[in-house]
Amino acid sequence: MSIDTIVFFILAATSIISAILVITRRSPIISVVYLVFNFIILAIIYLTLHAQFIAVIQVIVYAGAIMVLFLFVVMLLNLGKEEMLTEKLTYKKRIAIGLAVVMLVQIIIGLTTSFGEHPNQLSPLATQIGTVEHIGKVLFTQYLLPFEITSILLLAAIIGAVVLAKKRIG
Amino acid sequence: MVMHEYIGLVVLFPFLGFLINGLLGSKIKSEKIIGTIGSGVIGIGFAIAAVIFFQMLSSPVENRSHVIEIFNWLSVGSLSINAAYQVDQLSIIMTLVVTGVGFLIHVYAIGYMHGDKGYWRFFAYLNLFIFMMLNLVLADNFLLMFLGWEGVGLCSYLLIGFWYDKKFEKGTTNDAAMKAFVVNRVGDFGFLIAMFLIFITFGSLNFDTVFGRAAAFSVGDVTIFWIALLLFVGATGKSAQIPLYVWLPDAMAGPTPVSALIHAATMVTAGVYMVARASIFFALSPSVMLIVAIIGALTAILAASIGLVQNGIKKVLAYSTISQLGYMFLALGVGAFATGLFHVVTHAFFKALLFLGAGSVIHAMHNEEDIQKMGGLKSKMPTTYKTFVIAALAISGIPPLSGFFSKDEILWKVFDAGYWPLWILAAAGAALTAFYMFRLTILTFEGTPRWDKGKHLNELSCQPHESPKVMTIPLIILAVLSVVGGFIGIPAALGGSNAIEHFLDPIFERSNSILALGHHEVVPTEYILMLLSVVIAVVGILFARHIYLKRKDIAENLSKKYSGIHNLLWNKYFVDEIYDATILTPTVKASDKLLWKIFDVGIIDGAVNGTAKLINILSGYTRRMQAGFTQSYAAYFVAGIIIILAILIIR
Amino acid sequence: MIPLNYYLTLSAILFSIGVVGVLARRNAIIVFMSIELMLNSVNLTLVAFSAYLGSATGQMFVFFVLTVAAAEAAVGLAIIIALFRNKMTVNIDEINIMKW
Repeated sequence: MSIDTIVFFILAATSIISAILVITRRSPIISVVYLVFNFIILAIIYLTLHAQFIAVIQVIVYAGAIMVLFLFVVMLLNLGKEEMLTEKLTYKKRIAIGLAVVMLVQIIIGLTTSFGEHPNQLSPLATQIGTVEHIGKVLFTQYLLPFEITSILLLAAIIGAVVLAKKRIG
Repeated sequence: MVMHEYIGLVVLFPFLGFLINGLLGSKIKSEKIIGTIGSGVIGIGFAIAAVIFFQMLSSPVENRSHVIEIFNWLSVGSLSINAAYQVDQLSIIMTLVVTGVGFLIHVYAIGYMHGDKGYWRFFAYLNLFIFMMLNLVLADNFLLMFLGWEGVGLCSYLLIGFWYDKKFEKGTTNDAAMKAFVVNRVGDFGFLIAMFLIFITFGSLNFDTVFGRAAAFSVGDVTIFWIALLLFVGATGKSAQIPLYVWLPDAMAGPTPVSALIHAATMVTAGVYMVARASIFFALSPSVMLIVAIIGALTAILAASIGLVQNGIKKVLAYSTISQLGYMFLALGVGAFATGLFHVVTHAFFKALLFLGAGSVIHAMHNEEDIQKMGGLKSKMPTTYKTFVIAALAISGIPPLSGFFSKDEILWKVFDAGYWPLWILAAAGAALTAFYMFRLTILTFEGTPRWDKGKHLNELSCQPHESPKVMTIPLIILAVLSVVGGFIGIPAALGGSNAIEHFLDPIFERSNSILALGHHEVVPTEYILMLLSVVIAVVGILFARHIYLKRKDIAENLSKKYSGIHNLLWNKYFVDEIYDATILTPTVKASDKLLWKIFDVGIIDGAVNGTAKLINILSGYTRRMQAGFTQSYAAYFVAGIIIILAILIIR
Repeated sequence: MIPLNYYLTLSAILFSIGVVGVLARRNAIIVFMSIELMLNSVNLTLVAFSAYLGSATGQMFVFFVLTVAAAEAAVGLAIIIALFRNKMTVNIDEINIMKW
């Protein structure tokens, strides 16, 4: 049992626990905090996979921008407390858990058995492709078009957000 | 001019008459024109047939059979049927009888149906009937014959129920008509199955082809047995033999010319004609011949016994018809095919005469049919009386009238073939025939009048009177035929040449050779039997005269003393009631409970309505899927994903 | 070394936790956060594949998913705010007018 494996299991357990806590807390703000925590753990997992750029972007964009947005909205709406997920096991919740479990089993079976033998260790290129330099090179040559289109997408999103959230006059 | 090629005209003219009277009849206001058209077309047919007949007589024997093709009716696979007519000795005799007697009855009907509001309809139906009957007797294949067979059944229905709103016994005339049609249908079913068998066995329905190939079969062959038996079933339906005779007494609900034409002279003889035509099948099946003979004899005596106590003038004649038909089948059953046909011809004459005479009486008595309410009419209706007596003498078998020759020939042939028990039944039947015919005659025409005591006849403004000439002239002609008609079949024993039998020999040549019947020499036994049958008839007549003219009390005492038997006979052996209880009621109940309620309503309607209800329920469930809750939509997504993943994993 | 399948399993578990969150919670904001959770699990899968197969395509995909997720979060939260203004609630059980 090498150190890599131990580290992985600790990180994995933490992320799963924090995910469960996200969906089961009563107060939305606590859920937001746990989600931020989950994202940071995921960023660390990315680091173990030598995906430096993605890890940093994850923290900056996801944990830093999007979750802050969530926090603002929660505080703006001044929401009260909700029942905890596990307190009332209603019909709906039972079905949800059931469906999700079935789907989980299917996904695991599908992913692990479908595409032949999966590699057991990181590819030797892994350290190279995760660097900012490499990502930048690929992004602005091979994936230039999607990059530009994404910027238009962001423009649309900005306009949409502004229009939707504007206060109506009168 | 070779006349037999014009046989198509003989059939066509009655059809034209039907069309004219049927389509335009309601517009033609003159009864005379309708009647003339109706009778005229038959008369023309008779004339043409007569010319063909005389041409046939003058041509050599080999040249007497012709097939005239009119058109190709249908060709399906290996089955090719032509509308073609076979003109040979057998069919020409039947054609002459049908058109000749038919013509006389049409003329009679001009007078009888006078004043009826359906006058044109009557003649249209009568013409249609003649057309169908001619198709039956002239057809050269089984299918065309079956067309005529069904057609005369249809016309029988139409004509029995002609006065469709008139009450009759326990129901209406329509019930009687339906009874005739349905009972006929049972027989027709047998005919149909026989036709199917014939087609399967011989590959054709054409008479010449089938009968030619049939000769190759051995005696007692099973297929031929079934064909013959089923054909006979068809014949029992149409010709009113046991067990399918029950429709004929009820058929008396129709107008008297109908009874005379259809139920005495022509339609009921279709069965006899059919058996004679297909005689080779019967010759090849001795067991079926025996069945035919036994049923013929039993029917003869059964019907005669019922006729003994009936009080309706037409009822007695109906049972008499059934009885005489039994004699015809008895003749066919012992192999005397030509003799059976001889009796058909003579019976047509005197039975038609009897019915027309009865019609004359009914007409004069203002639709009274009960002979107990008649009597003493002989001075009021002399022509009717005289012709009626002639017919009664003929049917009783008094020489030298026609009935004697034909009936005696039958009795002799039965005895000669060795069927002594059947001979005894037939002779007993002859005695009863003489007795009840003269009971009828005496109660109707002679004795003291009983009709002026009846309440409803007291308001008569006119006394019973003789019928007009248009009705009495056919009576006279038929009486003459009843007297001389027998001379075509004088047996060798009395010095004659038995013309009709020799005439028909070529038709029955193959059958006769199979049966190994030869022409016999004249033996003394024949004379003894001849004498015996005359004596029986005379005794019957005298006995009837004694009881009903002088000592009516004997009849009443006998009926009281043997009231059980009298009741049995008067109720026709309860046959109708037995049929009703054993066959009709269970069938109706089963149809109602099982076929209608369970099958039609439950299963078929249930399936259709059930499908609709099922869809209704299912859509009720599906409707609730879209309630507007987004999370439920998401849940359906996930369910769909699960299903797709499952399919992908299984691949 | 850690087999790839471990990462895939982890990602599957995170995904299904997200699904439970989407289907079971009544608060619209929590539902949104669960959706973000699901997106992140997919990101993890993509990065894992990219590292184990030595291709940069996986990480590029993650880049764009991230961007789109950001845009979607912005617009979605704007919708929630607009909804809140009209209905005074973020309970999605009470927003059921999208039906026949």
